[in-house]
Amino acid sequence: MARILPEPTPETRHFWDGCREGELRLQRCTECKTTYFPPRAFCPACASRSVEVYAASGRGVLWSYVINHRPRQDMGTEPYAIAVVKLEEGPTMMTNIVGCPQTPEALVLDMPVKVRFEKQTDDISLPLFEPAKS
Amino acid sequence: MKQNSVAVVGAAETTRMGKIPDVSVIGLHADAALNAMADAGLKPSDIDGVATAGISPVELAHYLGIKPTYADGTSVGGCSFMLHVRHAAAAINAGLAKTILITHGESGRSRVGAGGFGRAPSSLMGQFEMPYGVTSPPTMFTVPVLRYMKTYDVTEADLAYVSVVQREWAALNPRASFKDPITVDDVLNSPMIAWPFRMQMCCLVTDGGGALILTSADRAKDFPQKPVYILGTGESVETPMVSQMYDFTSSTAFRISGKKAFDEAGITHADVDHLMIYDAFAHLPLYGLEDLGFCKPGEAKDFIRERNTAIGGKLPLNTNGGGLSYMHSGMYGMYALQESVRQMRGTAAAQVKDAKISIAHGVGGMFAASGTIIFTNER
Repeated sequence: MARILPEPTPETRHFWDGCREGELRLQRCTECKTTYFPPRAFCPACASRSVEVYAASGRGVLWSYVINHRPRQDMGTEPYAIAVVKLEEGPTMMTNIVGCPQTPEALVLDMPVKVRFEKQTDDISLPLFEPAKS
Repeated sequence: MKQNSVAVVGAAETTRMGKIPDVSVIGLHADAALNAMADAGLKPSDIDGVATAGISPVELAHYLGIKPTYADGTSVGGCSFMLHVRHAAAAINAGLAKTILITHGESGRSRVGAGGFGRAPSSLMGQFEMPYGVTSPPTMFTVPVLRYMKTYDVTEADLAYVSVVQREWAALNPRASFKDPITVDDVLNSPMIAWPFRMQMCCLVTDGGGALILTSADRAKDFPQKPVYILGTGESVETPMVSQMYDFTSSTAFRISGKKAFDEAGITHADVDHLMIYDAFAHLPLYGLEDLGFCKPGEAKDFIRERNTAIGGKLPLNTNGGGLSYMHSGMYGMYALQESVRQMRGTAAAQVKDAKISIAHGVGGMFAASGTIIFTNER
């Protein structure tokens, strides 16, 4: 069963294009300088429409998670972590943590993580995260 | 809203609860509505306002043959009914309607005439949460909790104790789904759902419904039941995606809704005799006690451990057994409201003696929304 995938909208297209091209793209207000997520055409902090897309560091820390012991059909048969990372630039983002066991012992809050794009289709790559050396 | 200007004059749940494979969703709404009308001594032709969530108020009104001057289809998840009560109170005060019916019905377990659970892949949740393997609420509502646990040194046993205390209340309630006593070890040994959440930290999935009828306090004295007045109300919404909560250790929507309700009611926490906090999962009462201001951040686990919310404690909480043990059809807020009304009428299975003020606090979605209603039986 194919994995459930996002369907980009005009407001989010830059993000998914970035993932496909190996770049984690966030948006930032050019007036109040706030970085925000998920994408939209204005700044949620000050309502300015003057915003820009930029390449983020792709680094963050593991902020919270659960380990789903009842896997969704398209996610295989083993338990997996549904995680939230807090990006270096500020926003939080849901993701999966790859490249490490899906156990409480291996998944320690506040551990550094970095983005790893995993291609799903010609259009969609998902921004997953893996443990990073601090 | 103006304190005590509107009252609940009809309140009832569906005739049966738990597993009801022979009634559809709309049928559960109607069963609860008819029971509430019987409770209030009213007929559908006496109702001039309708509110519901899950189905449309159009479906509800036509199914019951009601031709209303007021309809509210606010649908923000399980606390929608708290918002309906709040809006109905304002509407009655504004003269939009005189007698408003609020219904809930859900075939959560049997799924008779029920829709599916899913999000459009182009929605924000469809793009930024669904691809990572979230399924149903147990894998979403729980996502912030490890951060809360690390921040305030909360253990899995602390979460388990919430379920244990609520089962003690459920044991007093003949209509509760689960009544047998459980221990912390029982909870911690129940099947793993989404670590750190075990099955007994998660709510039931059942069929059922409930309905309320509101009218002005001046008219309420002419109804057969003891009026239950609305003293204060609050509501707020926060985020459609749990990963975007402003703070993983606190619900901003809870804080805004709760403060507004306390301000409207003009009461302090010490005035509250009885409390309902929507408990879809064991962490909800912890967040609720703190965000409503009954405990300081991080102190709710000890407040519950010290049995303040248990039978004989100073703040009886979730006295019907809650979503964890009583019932949970999907949008549990209606049942929290029903238990508050019973406590104010003096008819609850686990009646709190001389209770005069009760709060029903709800959550909608996965920390998406909140509603708070403060009731009193004194005008």
